[in-house]
Amino acid sequence: MGKQPAAVIGVGQTHHRAKREDVSMAGLCREAIDRALEDAGMTLDEIDAIVVGKAPDLFEGVMMPELFLAEALGAAGKPLLRVHTAGSVGGSTAIVASSLVQAGVHKKVLTVAYEKQSESNAMWALSVPIPFNMPVHAGAGGYFAPHVRSYIRRSGAPTHIGAIVAAKDRNNALKNPYAHLHNEGTTVESVLASQMLWDPIRYDETCPSSDGACALVIVAEDEASRSSNPAWIHGTVMRSEATSAAERDQVNPQASRDAAAAIWKQAGITSPIDEIDVAEIYVPFSWFEPMWLESLGFAEPNGGGWRLTESGGTAMDGVLPVNCSGGVLSSNPIGASGMLRFGEAALQVRGAAGEHQVDGARKALGHAYGGGSQFFAMWVVGAEKPSN
Amino acid sequence: MRDVAVVGFAQRQMKEFDGSPTCVELLVPLFAECYEQTGWTRRDVGFWCSGSSDYLAGRSFSFVQAVDAIGVIPPVNESHVEMDLAWAMYEAWLKIQTGEVDTALVYAFGKSSAGILRRTLALQLEPYTMTPLWPDTVSLAGLQARAGIDAGLWDERAMAEVANRSLTDAEKNEYAVRKGGSSVEELLSRPMYADPLRKHDCAPVTDGAAALVLAAGDRAREVCERPAWITSLSHYVDPMSMGTRDLTRSPSTANAAAASDLDGVEVAELHAPFSHQELILRSELGLGDDVRVNPSGGALTSNPMFSAGGIRIGEAARQIWSGEASKVLGHATSGPALQQNLVCVMEDRTAQEGR
Amino acid sequence: MPRTLSAPVTVAFDYTRSTGPVVGRFLSGLRDGVVIGGRTSDGKVVVPPPEYDPVTHAPLDDFVEVSDTGTVTSWTWVPEPVKGQPLDRPFAFALVTLDGADAPLLHALDVGSPNDVSTGMRVRVRWRVERDGAITDIECFEAAVDSEERAVGVAGSGRARALPRDEAATEQPRHTAADAGTQGEDITGIVVPIELDYLYAASPEESLFYTSLSEGKLVGQRCPTCGKVYIPPRSACPADGTPTAEEVELPDTGTVTTFCIVNVPFLGQRITPPYVSAYILLDGADIAFLHLILDIPAEEVRMGMRVKAVWKPRDEWGTTIENISHFAPADEPDADYETYKVHL
Repeated sequence: MGKQPAAVIGVGQTHHRAKREDVSMAGLCREAIDRALEDAGMTLDEIDAIVVGKAPDLFEGVMMPELFLAEALGAAGKPLLRVHTAGSVGGSTAIVASSLVQAGVHKKVLTVAYEKQSESNAMWALSVPIPFNMPVHAGAGGYFAPHVRSYIRRSGAPTHIGAIVAAKDRNNALKNPYAHLHNEGTTVESVLASQMLWDPIRYDETCPSSDGACALVIVAEDEASRSSNPAWIHGTVMRSEATSAAERDQVNPQASRDAAAAIWKQAGITSPIDEIDVAEIYVPFSWFEPMWLESLGFAEPNGGGWRLTESGGTAMDGVLPVNCSGGVLSSNPIGASGMLRFGEAALQVRGAAGEHQVDGARKALGHAYGGGSQFFAMWVVGAEKPSN
Repeated sequence: MRDVAVVGFAQRQMKEFDGSPTCVELLVPLFAECYEQTGWTRRDVGFWCSGSSDYLAGRSFSFVQAVDAIGVIPPVNESHVEMDLAWAMYEAWLKIQTGEVDTALVYAFGKSSAGILRRTLALQLEPYTMTPLWPDTVSLAGLQARAGIDAGLWDERAMAEVANRSLTDAEKNEYAVRKGGSSVEELLSRPMYADPLRKHDCAPVTDGAAALVLAAGDRAREVCERPAWITSLSHYVDPMSMGTRDLTRSPSTANAAAASDLDGVEVAELHAPFSHQELILRSELGLGDDVRVNPSGGALTSNPMFSAGGIRIGEAARQIWSGEASKVLGHATSGPALQQNLVCVMEDRTAQEGR
Repeated sequence: MPRTLSAPVTVAFDYTRSTGPVVGRFLSGLRDGVVIGGRTSDGKVVVPPPEYDPVTHAPLDDFVEVSDTGTVTSWTWVPEPVKGQPLDRPFAFALVTLDGADAPLLHALDVGSPNDVSTGMRVRVRWRVERDGAITDIECFEAAVDSEERAVGVAGSGRARALPRDEAATEQPRHTAADAGTQGEDITGIVVPIELDYLYAASPEESLFYTSLSEGKLVGQRCPTCGKVYIPPRSACPADGTPTAEEVELPDTGTVTTFCIVNVPFLGQRITPPYVSAYILLDGADIAFLHLILDIPAEEVRMGMRVKAVWKPRDEWGTTIENISHFAPADEPDADYETYKVHL
């Protein structure tokens, strides 16, 4: 039995900021939800089920917040689910929502992922001390920096590659009215001049901490005709592995490679670099762009990734534009970031990405990862209905 | 819809678990039991899903380490919900319905004793006007109990009957942490605790973990003589406010019942952490007096947070595996005062299939 | 002898919550000694006002003043109050429908015993003397004994007076609004301190590891299926899920596989930057763990460097990895890249 066709007909997001002090948690979610519903030409009452995604509850200090939000989100009297798969949650939430439609359980599903992390402090929430242990790494950046060093060593990458990514993503964000960071004048030189935070990762190569939300409306085939430009879901994959295991490859994790192989197979893609027109890849620290390019199969391992980046191949006019929205480097409400990648990919193939639209984009990848590079969620969306 | 059955179930419950809040060492033997029941190894499991809460453990990403118990080389198709095992099972059932996988193992764990549970759960409430008062779960349930007493829908005697029956049945359940029935009179003679609730009207704080195995079609028939076929699985949520909903009702339970065929259900395992809640659930599900409720003793005798709902489904499924019943119901609840509810109906089809 | 080590952990933060306009309006009212309800599309007055209408889903914008006196519609006794509740002596939680409202509000009711409370009794807000725009501006409810003090009727008319009371204050910690503003300015934020105490227990395998450290030993465990040695030991081998049991003592020397130089301080950090956070692969282990590198300038640290543990004085030891103060360069040539590259 195969999956029934499903399409994204509504995408909404908030204006991501360091602190959204003008809204409550419900208000933050509704801003994204109301935009997504408007995009879809639907009302809350027409929705069959709601799937909420969010990262650790400690960020907002509310346990299982979907419960108190139920009425505000229009979920009262309907089925409501809450997914939490660490940083990949925005992606896996969209996948659970798609599954509801692909399995024929519901026809019209609303999904929303959010984080209002300014209510506490993200680094604190991620580093509550555990007795008997010693807190050595300094937050997420400190966790990933050693593995970035390993990639540089393995691949022989020159040290300015990360800066190329950072400058690209921050300049792309200038074309995205919703992005958190709108830093004019970012260049490779200015990034390299910024403070080294966790050598080899610099300040300007690091994602911000943002409040924000993203919402999608995903519908069945017979409902997709409401929209003149649905984004059809061609494939969805999730894979997980352990945080640490003997001889686990932290730079090019097996789960990432397995997920990529599975998504290309599902979507009928044999040469990703040729067949994918644009990618939204989860890059919270600049060096992850070349690392994921290799892991996803867009470039050869141990160097193909940084060469593709260095050549300008991932710029908006390159062979594979990556993160035209500005990516996680420009906006990072942790719970929502994965769904933003999936949503931006959908906007691209719908021709609805506004100023950061890639002309003629017909097929796009949305990618998210979480934890210690161990949870992966990906989808491929296309302007055409899937042929399989 | 594909035919999916519950074909395996394992549980561990105790008053106080002295190990780590990630419960990895509890999960390893549970998985071993599931493999034993099915004859599978971890490589036969197509999809894994867990249910747990960071706040119970007191740290972010508390579910991540539990993945060790699976053995994730090679990497696995896996997800997590910050909800009870029953909803983790829902996500797995859904995954099987998409056709992507044929088998799933879902698990949940919780070390309630690591904190003060009834205080921790105050964080589950509306954060601006409710949580700052730190209303504890017992109080919220107490308000609901009184609402029904005032309306003449139940009384303390009816509550004591539920408790006595549960405690008596629990004597046969090796996992129950509270057991020993006496009589309704004796229970009523015990002092009030949180008026109108006595201690036995409230579930005991319990640590534990549980796992369920799902399989589709022939995969289920291969490993189980009498698969517990899921004929319906639905869940709904109500608004949280204690002020705007009728606390004596549970519309989400009624919605789930309406979406299910409950005709002929012989045994119902209802997740009712407070005795009066069983009365509400029976009413919303339309269960007659001939339906056997909570032969396991139910949540009043053992209530490991985040597994207790899924355990009801497992206990109901066991009734089918043993041949004692051919149509059963497992129910799970979440949120204060029965805010969110899930109903799973399972059937034995060996007669129809001529096996 | 308990089989696991345990220690208390407190998870605490003063959450700064922005309220949005609806909750803000309600809390502004409380600061001003007035209870504000919201009228929903079905004509009912709900306290506190919901942010969105339950039927139309539109943001609520129809606000109504209600009385601060009302009727108990349900109650329950709290015999053992927990930290943070409005009163630290036994009390009742109650649902109170204030005159002029159609839906009750949840709050505490200060009465001496369950005999003093009943459904249908009349109660009145006990206002906190100094209010800053929080639900705790209502200290609690109390019995409204004088019939003259009952507010009359219709929502919006005959505004109930907020009479400050100076009975003994409770131990309820005061919430200060993030933006209390002056009288009349809307509340836009509140601070809610959330503090939870936990008793954290390590797993048996972790407990073994820490107990061994207290004896100056580094002990890992070998997985019977794949043969890999894990340090710190885990309850199950993450590769195959097998419980690991065979103890393996390891030397305190090893190789730096990879590392970073931490320049940025973060909340709760106890080590002064810049410092090197490195993955150390102990000799005989199959997995590296994070620790500090000191006694060498940060920029001279390199992948493959050989290191040795520097222990704190024995009388400072406990059941913790911190018995090792840091790792320092060992007097040996660097390890060949090929020998550790599989651990990156």
